[in-house]
Amino acid sequence: MKEERGNGKKRRTQYYGLYFLTGVIFLYAFLAVLEPENAGKSLIASGNVLIQIFPILVLIVIIMGIMNYFVSPKAVSKHVGKGSGVKGWSLAVLTGILSHGPIYVWFPLLKELRDEGMRSGLVAVFLYNRAIKIPLLPVMVFYFGITFVAVLSIYMVVASIFEGRIIEMTERRV
Amino acid sequence: MSGRKHNDVVAQKSIVISFRKALTSFSKALPMLIGVVLLLGLFRTFVSKETISSVFTGDVMSDTLIGALIGSVSAGNPILSYIIGGELLNEHVSLFAVTSFIVAWVTVGMVQLPAEAAILGKRFAIVRNILSFILAILVSMATVATLTVIT
Repeated sequence: MKEERGNGKKRRTQYYGLYFLTGVIFLYAFLAVLEPENAGKSLIASGNVLIQIFPILVLIVIIMGIMNYFVSPKAVSKHVGKGSGVKGWSLAVLTGILSHGPIYVWFPLLKELRDEGMRSGLVAVFLYNRAIKIPLLPVMVFYFGITFVAVLSIYMVVASIFEGRIIEMTERRV
Repeated sequence: MSGRKHNDVVAQKSIVISFRKALTSFSKALPMLIGVVLLLGLFRTFVSKETISSVFTGDVMSDTLIGALIGSVSAGNPILSYIIGGELLNEHVSLFAVTSFIVAWVTVGMVQLPAEAAILGKRFAIVRNILSFILAILVSMATVATLTVIT
């Protein structure tokens, strides 16, 4: 019964993606009639984004494959599961900072990890810390100065843990 | 010997299964990801830097809120937010507003919210984005206040 409900939810999620994509395609079709030049520009811009993120998408599929093979749900629970403690929070902060590419390409991997026992709070911490990108820090320093970047980065790590804690508290209440 | 060969075949099979499983779950998320990328293209074309800088009022409090709001609905490489943020500072928009703008740009994602909700769950996505929005304002205030004290 529970499994059937789970499968139904998975199917709905899959269809939701298709509905969303169809909606966006209709939006493009609508704009192609009203503003054909800008619709074309948007399509080219999207193509460029897709080319940029393609290597990261491949990397994520590879990571997912490797994790499926080597990492058991038991190991996920141990490192980022309920009893993971400070180690789990630190791991989520570090991996969030070290991860590359746009946030949305990481959603499928995080879903798999959460299905295998990763805490929701740690998923939130990972996503929040993706805001601190080491390769981009020099650019930020150039515009805002090193003190600003250092102070902001510290507050962002603190905020990420705060957010993770609140998400877990709200989930416990449901 | 044959036992070792058997083990190798089993290991190879499970690697194939692991990658097939990874590809299957990734392909399920693909329509959503392509939809988000197409929306990003629209955003890049229709929302210019000038449009963004034109909405700030000069009032620190409301600009901080506006900064977080614009950062939330904006999307793209964070470098773009630094460049726009730098230009906003040159146009005398407050550091509170610019900070909330660049923090919300990377932590709140209205464009990718449908994908986040579909993949990670509606409740999780909504709570996370609302919290990130509030935190963008709080982080901005804490950062600027700290900078005022230490510099």
